[in-house]
Amino acid sequence: MSFITGVGLTAYGKHEGSSSLDLMSKAAELAIADAGLKRSEIDGVLCGYSTVAPHIMLATVFAEHFGIRPTYAHAVQVGGATGLAMTMLAHHLVEAGVARHVLVVGGENRLTGQSRDASILALAQVGHPDYEVPLGPTIPAYYGLVASRYMHEYGVTEEDLAEFAVLMRAHALTHPGAQFHDPITVADVMASKPVALPLKLLDCCPVSDGGAAFVVSREATSETGVRVLGCAQAHTHQHVTAAPRLSELGAEIAIARAKAVSGVAIPDVRYAAVYDSFTITLAMLLEDLGLAGRGEAAARVRSGHFSRDGAMPLNTHGGLLSYGHCGVGGAMAHLVETHLQMTGRAGNRQVRDASIALLHGDGGVLSSHVSMFLEQVR
Amino acid sequence: MSGSNHALADWTTGAEAIVYQSCTACGSLQYFRRRFCAACGAPDPEEKRASGAGTVYATSQVCRAATPETRAHIPYNIVLVDAAEGFRMMAHGDNDLSIGDQVTARFAQFAGRLVPHFEKVKS
Repeated sequence: MSFITGVGLTAYGKHEGSSSLDLMSKAAELAIADAGLKRSEIDGVLCGYSTVAPHIMLATVFAEHFGIRPTYAHAVQVGGATGLAMTMLAHHLVEAGVARHVLVVGGENRLTGQSRDASILALAQVGHPDYEVPLGPTIPAYYGLVASRYMHEYGVTEEDLAEFAVLMRAHALTHPGAQFHDPITVADVMASKPVALPLKLLDCCPVSDGGAAFVVSREATSETGVRVLGCAQAHTHQHVTAAPRLSELGAEIAIARAKAVSGVAIPDVRYAAVYDSFTITLAMLLEDLGLAGRGEAAARVRSGHFSRDGAMPLNTHGGLLSYGHCGVGGAMAHLVETHLQMTGRAGNRQVRDASIALLHGDGGVLSSHVSMFLEQVR
Repeated sequence: MSGSNHALADWTTGAEAIVYQSCTACGSLQYFRRRFCAACGAPDPEEKRASGAGTVYATSQVCRAATPETRAHIPYNIVLVDAAEGFRMMAHGDNDLSIGDQVTARFAQFAGRLVPHFEKVKS
């Protein structure tokens, strides 16, 4: 068994003058305090990567900087799926008795540490160096390709996709740490600048500074525990050129395995935290995971299904689209928010029931997937 | 050895050609060049030159580029094309292409490189 015993999250947006290590440290300190632990009790460290400050041994760089001497430490790199992949590994590490309290941490000054062009360029390198990158694609273009095909096959419209941006913004308005605080409408999304059609600016997550961390432990450290029920991965390709057909993408494989190992069915789920780098990502993943029928996710947004008071509250902090995206920490905020919801600490965002949560992360261009179920234990 | 499996020049090395590989053991096709078949592991897949004919699978028109060299070309259309031979590739395409269009490849200069560029087959 393993428990998420503490979480830490900075505001996302601009943290002028903060380094990636500063942001990681701040989040780590919050998470360890939240778990009621001393930093000397942390015996495992898993961290992601920073595109601003790349290093071949980031986990030990962080551990030294933070002032701990873990018995187990290394970095993990699975793009946007890194946060949940680290959580999955931490779960197995504590179950196997390798470590007692694993600190999972991500943080990056991606917004102020480099130009936006540098970020876009660095991320485009997930493409094939010989067969894709010379064509000048961007991450939005890779997802734009997928969006065009998905819209073609399932009759999804640009207005449908816009609904997801509007929903995430509505949620972000209720979180003081979110990068964006101005409400938007479907018309605003439709009128926003074209980036990589059919995706427009408001279909895309921003570049942010921020940090997130959590502690994964063998036993609960507080009365309301959040237990990892089960998790699974799937990796079908790296490059969008080599992606399988839409009906064979990794989300469906990962969720099927996660359901099998945890004994959870989709109707059991009360809260959802799903990767949302672009509106199309969220629309597709919700449908791949079985949280909506094919081509029906937008209608469920319109009916309030995914709102705070709906049947399946989704990314109540605002997601990558509106809370912000600082790289590895980006999707870790989804887990932090899920933990706050499951422990009844989400304040004005609190949902009625978050007893069982489904989390899903995606890395690359729908290349790497991690699905995870969490359970509230009292 | 027939010698048919040595590397043929293609657009990735500056030649006006699209090349793919065909496994002599299992018949699988692959576009990304390797010294083995990614489906069955057999060595030395045969290199073949594609006709340049295909069908548009997906499109995304880039309106926001990240370098001065690519910015000079916006908007440019990134396309995934299912080649008539049976493999999928990424390329550029005319801005009016739609999914399902029958297309044929020519070659164009883009940001100092030669790239494949698809246009509709004239009927």
